[in-house]
Amino acid sequence: MAHLAPSVLRQASRLASKPSISAVPRRGVQALSRATTAPARGACKRCYVTQTQPDNAQVQVDTAIRLDRQELEKAGFTIDGQDGSTTHVSPMADVLKQAVKLDEGQRPIYLDMQATTPVDPRVLDAMLPYYTGVFGNPHSRTHAYGWESEHAVEEAREHIATLIGADPKEIIFTSGATESNNMSIKGVARFFGRSGKKKHIITSQTEHKCVLDSCRTLQDEGYEVTYLPVNNLGLVDLEQLKAAIRPETALVSIMTVNNEIGVIQPMAEIGKLCRANKVFFHTDAAQAVGKIPLDVNAMNIDLMSISSHKIYGPKGIGACYVRRRPRVRLEPLISGGGQERGLRSGTLAPALVVGFGEACRIAAQEQEYDSKRVKALSDRLLNGLLSMEHTNQNGDPDHFYPGCVNVSFAYVEGESLLMALKDIALSSGSACTSASLEPSYVLRALGNSDENAHSSIRFGIGRFTTEAEIDYVLKAVKERVGFLRELSPLWELVQEGVDLNTIEWTQH
Amino acid sequence: MSAVQAAAKPQSAQKVLSLLLRQGNQFAAYNFREYAKRRTRDAFRENKAVEDPRRIQELVQKGVKNLQVLKRQTVISQFYQTNQLVVEGGISGKDGAGHGETMRQKDTGWD
Repeated sequence: MAHLAPSVLRQASRLASKPSISAVPRRGVQALSRATTAPARGACKRCYVTQTQPDNAQVQVDTAIRLDRQELEKAGFTIDGQDGSTTHVSPMADVLKQAVKLDEGQRPIYLDMQATTPVDPRVLDAMLPYYTGVFGNPHSRTHAYGWESEHAVEEAREHIATLIGADPKEIIFTSGATESNNMSIKGVARFFGRSGKKKHIITSQTEHKCVLDSCRTLQDEGYEVTYLPVNNLGLVDLEQLKAAIRPETALVSIMTVNNEIGVIQPMAEIGKLCRANKVFFHTDAAQAVGKIPLDVNAMNIDLMSISSHKIYGPKGIGACYVRRRPRVRLEPLISGGGQERGLRSGTLAPALVVGFGEACRIAAQEQEYDSKRVKALSDRLLNGLLSMEHTNQNGDPDHFYPGCVNVSFAYVEGESLLMALKDIALSSGSACTSASLEPSYVLRALGNSDENAHSSIRFGIGRFTTEAEIDYVLKAVKERVGFLRELSPLWELVQEGVDLNTIEWTQH
Repeated sequence: MSAVQAAAKPQSAQKVLSLLLRQGNQFAAYNFREYAKRRTRDAFRENKAVEDPRRIQELVQKGVKNLQVLKRQTVISQFYQTNQLVVEGGISGKDGAGHGETMRQKDTGWD
């Protein structure tokens, strides 16, 4: 730590010449910082993520600073920054404070891979050059800064296209799958609805909120929308779809992998049906790309939404595949400089695009390895969970992505189970609706009762999940479910062999 | 960097493996650390039977490239550490050896 001193001296002498430094006595600051740590911990009682506790390891850092201070004071400088921050004194000290290894593990296990995934270190490694040195605007054609960014963007586009079997020119970068969905549905509908002939859209009841809401908006604009029901396993019925297609249908939008129950829809069959009826086929593949094999040509997909942060890429970027032959024409949502074939104007973020491309490249390269592993972990989890009594899996057990396991625990409130499982980051449904307490509309669409939908929990397994985590989760879930059921009077009745449906709850 | 250059020789697949494992172990984040070790081992196991020297050379090059990524990323991971995961102390909630076997003070999830 002594090697910090010279640089600190240099910096402090530079700072001391400025009049802005307040001369707070050092003892006061320390007392203050110690006093603030205690209530901060109390206030965070109900957070899922416990705060890091820097006071556990301040010893080294603080002594280092104190040593510096003594020397500095000898030299006649006052060195305290505002609110006890030492940034002005020694930037290294604050960095070290962050880099503390704590003894106690308190951070929850992450099992919500459908909401988002951590950024793969390899992806971050590919992105960093574009945050530090290479900063050119990829649309600048007049200088080398622009060319190098553009080159990187085009390379990333190629990786994404390869992953889904498309041509790089058919990939349009957007801000995420939500924007891609909006762009596809509203774009196609508005373009073909202008003539007034094609004013009908087909989608399913279990779609993501952004698809359903886009359709709702179009309904307000005078379009007709058919919401296809799904069977109790979550699959769309092809006969019903066929019956729903009319001559004025412009678009069919069915998601590839459901975000809540992980059910994989029969893409190839739906694509074939749509192509035969000359209807455009859009799919929201945010949960599917890179996890299950997809080919836009083999499956006759005309528009596809892809998200980066579901495949270990950065947040804030996604893509839309728009077929060129036969050409799909859209009305752009965002008008401007005409970037991305004029469909999505606005400067691209090269760092995000490169990260997205790298994530796709890794996904393609690791798909086999990852899916094998996810399958093994998923089997382990499912077997463990289903071995408990009165549990059942939601969705089709034969056609689901193993990384998304949705299980109902009867006679347990899902939200209270989530609260009891504070050491595991889980969700009862999609992140968009997890703030509200209403039961998941996806599970309701499967025909599940409200109670069943309320007691369901989604487990998301990904590339970085370990066996130890799965074992921990199994043990924790078994304990806590048992505990909560012990509290429940319903459970007592069930144990006594009373059929809950025969009970008259109200006496009139 | 000299270790990396030495590892580029075709006969040194074993060397690359040990360097990769050692470097992967430096990740501060539990999930990345475990993944790095597991993926390295599995990749070497998968290509155990490769005989073609050119292919071996290629794979070793890939390993060296990944080693460089690991070197950079482990440093970053060490700078931006978060609290440890509950599972890191093992299923009992105790810390591993070397951390003084500290018991967790409160049972997470029950208060």
